[in-house]
Amino acid sequence: MTSYVLRKLLRLGLVLLVVAAASFLLMNLLPGDVALALLGNEATPEAVAQVRAELGLDQPLLMRYLHWLGGFLCGDLGRSYITQVPVMESILDRLPVTIELMLLSQGLALLIAVPTGVLCAYKAGSRIDQLANAVGLFLLAAPVFILAILLMFLFALKLRWLPSTGYVPFMTDPVRNLAHLALPALAIALAEWPSLFAVLRGDMIKTLQQDYIALAKAKGLGPAFILFRHALRPSSFTLVTLSGLQIAATIAGALVVETIFGLPGIGRMLTGAVYNRDMMLVQGCVAVISVGYVLINFGVDLIYALLDPRVRQ
Amino acid sequence: MMDAGLPLLEVTDLATHFHTQRGLLRAVDGVSFSVRRGQTLGIVGESGSGKSALARTIIRILSKRHTTTTGRITFEGRDLLTVSEPDMRDIRGRDIAMVFQDPTSSLNPVKQVGVQIEEVLARHLGLRGRAAQTRAIELLTSVGMPLPQERLHQYPHQLSGGMRQRVAIAIALACEPKLLIADEPTTALDVTIQAQILDLLHRRQKAHHMAMILISHDLGVVAGYTDTVAVMYAGQIVEQASTRSLFRNCRMPYTAALMRSAPNLSDPPHTRLRAITGRPPDMVLPPPGCRFEPRCDDATDICRNRRPALSASDADGTHRYACWHPVASPGASA
Repeated sequence: MTSYVLRKLLRLGLVLLVVAAASFLLMNLLPGDVALALLGNEATPEAVAQVRAELGLDQPLLMRYLHWLGGFLCGDLGRSYITQVPVMESILDRLPVTIELMLLSQGLALLIAVPTGVLCAYKAGSRIDQLANAVGLFLLAAPVFILAILLMFLFALKLRWLPSTGYVPFMTDPVRNLAHLALPALAIALAEWPSLFAVLRGDMIKTLQQDYIALAKAKGLGPAFILFRHALRPSSFTLVTLSGLQIAATIAGALVVETIFGLPGIGRMLTGAVYNRDMMLVQGCVAVISVGYVLINFGVDLIYALLDPRVRQ
Repeated sequence: MMDAGLPLLEVTDLATHFHTQRGLLRAVDGVSFSVRRGQTLGIVGESGSGKSALARTIIRILSKRHTTTTGRITFEGRDLLTVSEPDMRDIRGRDIAMVFQDPTSSLNPVKQVGVQIEEVLARHLGLRGRAAQTRAIELLTSVGMPLPQERLHQYPHQLSGGMRQRVAIAIALACEPKLLIADEPTTALDVTIQAQILDLLHRRQKAHHMAMILISHDLGVVAGYTDTVAVMYAGQIVEQASTRSLFRNCRMPYTAALMRSAPNLSDPPHTRLRAITGRPPDMVLPPPGCRFEPRCDDATDICRNRRPALSASDADGTHRYACWHPVASPGASA
């Protein structure tokens, strides 16, 4: 187990370096001059040269990369070209909102998907299974913004149980913080549930045909014990993989939901930065999001090892 | 034993039909037999003859949604087909236990060996913690597992095939069952391990005066370890006798063909084995007459049209066969 984790950690380090290089190059290989973008087309060559020198853009690409990489490794992502606020500061400001939304929505999605997936695999082909599949198909077809608006209409405007927009930090008021995040998290969870449900149900149906399930029955064990203690673990590999991908996708992909519910997350900030051509901020966001992806994949690898002793070897 | 005269398990006219998209598949179709305490019944047949379906029907672990079972399975005087599911769960693993063909697939790959033994002890005997662990070590020792204490924390993939089957047998014997159903327990193992596992099963059976149903496609296995044998073909029993009588004096052409298709030490070198031509019938649409008729050299019109019943071949009625044109027994005039 230890050597498995060490091997994965070594790979993690290498991947992070590649990711840093890629997110730097991506922004620098785009056509167009940042200084020109900042000053406008009417700028004099002298002014442009001055701004380029101030921003360090007159240095060779390799030097700029090494400089940026040094900063990246120390947690310094430079300053926004437009607001002059350190990029790291802006990101740290927004990141907790995104991470909380990500954990809440994925937790909620799994909380619904695991029991329904297990039950419908056990009762495959029954009425309840058919109903769950129909609901899943509907949710899969409905875009997330429709779900978000429906939820907001129902729970915020009609029933007035929850606030419709806005955000309160968790440290300021945990109850109001959760009230603000409940609907956005539920909207994302409902959109993610159908695929989680479908993969778990499918894998579980296959597991239930295995001989070791027949042996568990032959031991006289009851259905709940067999489903949750014998069948769930070997059936959850695709579920964990998919869940990791979905979590990673929410880092940047919760944009629509963040916009509808007025949440100050990374997704909204990134979109704003792209519109304003704030390359430093975009580059920083991309770097942080990529690191997030890589870390989540690392987490998924660790969960595989916890789930299956054969992976640890 | 007080009721040594009565059979422990009596199966009467048992049928198991699977609901498939093509229609009803008659996996087991009108099977009757009985097993006494301390006895071993062998069930022989090709793959697909319904042996495993029969075993799984007896302990009722087939999906109710996809199967229909009719007939009677009397175990210690109770009809297992009418017992409630919770009562049946108490019987499974405690009174009737099962060993499956391939221990690589019948042990849960993500659970430690010890846990898989201890959960059956907890379920039926209420043993937990240290008591369960001590008993698990005893069980592993009794099935000849070296270093039993260390095995408890290993996973199935860390053991060899023979070791895995020993674990599966330890699980089956955990509650000292009255009946053990062993479904091809050595088919997935190396030949060198097969005899060890069969000897182990035989010893444990003698020690506990346990009844056993030994399912195999291998006549050699059945010959050495059983008291009586039932030959299954296409969901039905086609010949049933004491092991001695069957091997000396088989009457059903299918049994005879099975015996010819196995190598024999007394054959001269380079004798060709005679495989049975053709394949078993489609069990959704079985032939109306004798089910072996399409593959039988001796078949006539009556075989095609009428199904032969099991009839006695000897005076006391223990050797029975289902055939219109039985193979001549050595005693009868040829």
